[in-house]
Amino acid sequence: MSREPCAVIGVGQTRHASRRKDVSIPGLVREAALRALDDAGLTFADIDAVVLGKAPDTFEGVVMPELFLASALGAAGKPMMRVHTAGSVGGSTAIVAAHLIQAGVHERVLTVAFEKQSESDAMWALSPRIPFQPTLVAGAGGYFAPLVRSYIQRAGAPPHIGVEVAVKDRLHALRNPYAHLHMEGIDRAMVEASPMLWDPIRYLETCPSSDGACAMVLASERAARGAARPAWVRGTAMRSEPTMFAGRDAVNPRAGQDCAQALYREAGIDDPRRQLDTAEIYVPFSWFEPMWLENLGLADEGQGWRMTDEGATALGGRFPVNASGGVLSSNPIGASGMLRFAEAALQVRGMAGEHQVDGARNALGHAYGGGSQFFAMWIVSEERP
Amino acid sequence: MVDVAIVAFAQRPSVRNAVGDEVELVQPVIQQALEDAGLRASELGFVCSGSCDYLIGRPFSFVTALDAVGAWPPLCESHVEMDGAFAFYEAWVRLQHGDVDTALVYAFGRSSLGSLPIILSQQLDPYTVAPLFPDAISLAALQARALLDGGRATERDFAEVACRSRRAAEGNPNAQLRQSADVEALLGAACLRPPLRVHDCPPISDGACAMVLATGERARAIASARGRAPAWVAGVDHRIDPQDLGSRDLTRAPSAKLAAERAGAHRAPLDLAELHAPFSPQELILREAMGLGPQVAINPSGGALAANPMMVAGLTRVGEAALRIHDGRAGRALAHATSGPCLQQNLVCVLEAR
Repeated sequence: MSREPCAVIGVGQTRHASRRKDVSIPGLVREAALRALDDAGLTFADIDAVVLGKAPDTFEGVVMPELFLASALGAAGKPMMRVHTAGSVGGSTAIVAAHLIQAGVHERVLTVAFEKQSESDAMWALSPRIPFQPTLVAGAGGYFAPLVRSYIQRAGAPPHIGVEVAVKDRLHALRNPYAHLHMEGIDRAMVEASPMLWDPIRYLETCPSSDGACAMVLASERAARGAARPAWVRGTAMRSEPTMFAGRDAVNPRAGQDCAQALYREAGIDDPRRQLDTAEIYVPFSWFEPMWLENLGLADEGQGWRMTDEGATALGGRFPVNASGGVLSSNPIGASGMLRFAEAALQVRGMAGEHQVDGARNALGHAYGGGSQFFAMWIVSEERP
Repeated sequence: MVDVAIVAFAQRPSVRNAVGDEVELVQPVIQQALEDAGLRASELGFVCSGSCDYLIGRPFSFVTALDAVGAWPPLCESHVEMDGAFAFYEAWVRLQHGDVDTALVYAFGRSSLGSLPIILSQQLDPYTVAPLFPDAISLAALQARALLDGGRATERDFAEVACRSRRAAEGNPNAQLRQSADVEALLGAACLRPPLRVHDCPPISDGACAMVLATGERARAIASARGRAPAWVAGVDHRIDPQDLGSRDLTRAPSAKLAAERAGAHRAPLDLAELHAPFSPQELILREAMGLGPQVAINPSGGALAANPMMVAGLTRVGEAALRIHDGRAGRALAHATSGPCLQQNLVCVLEAR
C-alpha cells in the first residue's frame, strides 16, 4: 500500500509574547486554530480529528491538558491525540497528524501545538531533582553549552559565529509580525554586550520564553482539491536515541543524521544542498545553526559555520535558514517545532509575507528535543508527490 | 487497509509499590515481548509509548524509559502523554503506510508515588474546576450517584461488578486484587465516597506492559512459529467527549458508543470484552454504550478493578484480549481503554482470529 498524498492547506499561529495574559490556555490554542481554519476556508465542523502536542505538562501545571481543551478545539465526538516527544514535539505532532492522512484514516486533520510558559518557569521545570541522581544542569542552556564548546573546538570555528546567528535571526524576526522578539537596531555589539549565561552562550544568543501556539490543517488529496496553494508533504522522519552512553556523539548525533537521510530518501531528494531552497531549523541557542547544518548534511562536517559566516543563511543568501526569526525569536516550547514545520509550509506556499524566500519550492522543517536525541523533520513542496 | 496483528504481549504483575524506576519497570517486559516475537530492537519499524509525567512528578519520564528499549542504532520512535492504548493506535496508523512491518508499543505507570486521586484532579479545567481539587474518586462517585438517581442501576449492581471482577482475577497472576467477599458482605461495608465503597474503586497500581505488532505475512510468520493465532486488528477507533462535567450526562458515554460503532464492534458476535472501567459503575455505563449483552464475557482478566496501573491499564486490556485470541480461547474480542474524568475519552479495538 502506498501513502495517500497529504497537503498543508491551513496555517495559523498566535502572536508570541512573554506573557499572553489577555488569553487563557483555550484562548491561546483557539487563536492559532481559528487562523489555520480560516486559512483553509474551513470550520471546526469540517475537521475529522485533532492532534495536540506540547512539552511537559509541568510547564502549565495541567495534567494531560488535551482533555480539558477538547471542546475549545472542536474535538467533541472526534478522535483526539496528545503527542509528547520533548522539544521535538511540535514536529512529531505534525508528523502524527500527517500520518493519519497518509494512512487514509482521515481526510482533514487539525494539528495544534502550544506552550504557555508564563504559567510556570520552564528553566526550573527542566531541572528536576531526581532521587539518587546529581542535579547536573541549570535549564537547557546548562545542558547544551558543553556541546557548543565541543563543536567550536572540533570545527575550529571563530567565536563570532554565534553572535552572527543571533543578529541574523532577530533581523529576520523584524519581518515576521507574529515573532515574540522585535529588536530594532539589533547588531553584533548588542549581542556581545549581553551577559554570558552559560559560556559561550550569551543572553542574546538564547531563545526567549514565550507563550504561543501554532496550528495547521492537513488534508488528503481529495480534501485539498479546492485549496489555494497547498504545501505537499514530500517526506517525514523521526529518530530517537538514548540520552547518554559511552561513545555517543551528542554534538553531531547519529539520530539526527539518520533522520535527515531517511527524510531525503522518502522525499526523493538526492542532493539536499541543491534541491532544498530554505530550511526552518530548531536553533534555541545560536551555535546550533552551524551544528545542525552539518548534522543535516547541508554542510560538510566542521564547515557549517562558514555558511553562517558567508551570509548564506540570511534572507537573500543562497540558503536562507529561519527566515521567520526561528526559535531564537519565538519559543513557545511545545509549539516551536510545529512553527518550524508551518513556516516551511508558508514558504513553499509563497505566503510568508515579508520574510518570504524568493522562489522557495522545497523547504525543510526541523525539530529536536531532549539531550539532542529526539528528531522530527519534514520536507514540504509546492509540487504534489 | 493493511492487516495488522498483535503477535506478542508481556506485562509485569501490578503491585502497590514497585521497587525500581521506570526503566527497571519497563525493561523486562519490553525484553520479554521482543524475545517472544523473536525480534531485536534494531529491527523494529516503529516504537511508540504511553506514560504521564505527573505520576512521578518530573518532566520527560519517557526519555529515560527509552533506555529500556535499547534505541541504538537510533529508532523511529514517538510517545503519547496518554494511556498506552493510544500509542497502540498510533502504531497501527504507522503500520498502515506499508513501508515497515513491525512495531513495539509499551506503557508504564507508577501510580503509587503521589496522591493519585488528587493528581488526576489536575486534568480538569485549570481556571474553574481544578482549583477546587475534586479528586478522581469523588468525580466517579458523582457519576455513580447520577446512575442511581436515574434509576439505571443499584448499589448491588456495582457490588456485583466488583465481586465478579476480583474473582475473575483469581486466574490472573498479574492482577493485584484477586479475591472478593460475596455481594452481601460487600454491601455491608461503609461508603468511601457515597455511593462508592472501597470495592467499587480500583487499587493504586504500579505496572508496565509491552506489545509487538506486525503486518500481514510477517505477523503470520511470527505467530505460527510460536503456535499461536495472530490477533488481527479488525477495527480500532477512539473518540473524546467534552470534559465539562456540568454539561455532560455522566450516565452515558457517547464517545464509547461512537468508537465501538466505528471499530465495527457489532459486525459479528463478540466472545468477550476487556473494558477499562476503573470504577464499578463505569462498567455498566460502558456495556450499555457499546451494546454488550449478557452473551459477551466481560473482563475475564479481572479488568481495572483488579489492577489499575495508570497509562498501562488500557493497553493491558488490548493485550489481555489478544492473549485470548492467541491461544484460541476467543475468536473475536473487544478491548477498550478510557482516559480523563468520568469516561471522557474512549478507545475501542476489535481483535479477531482468522
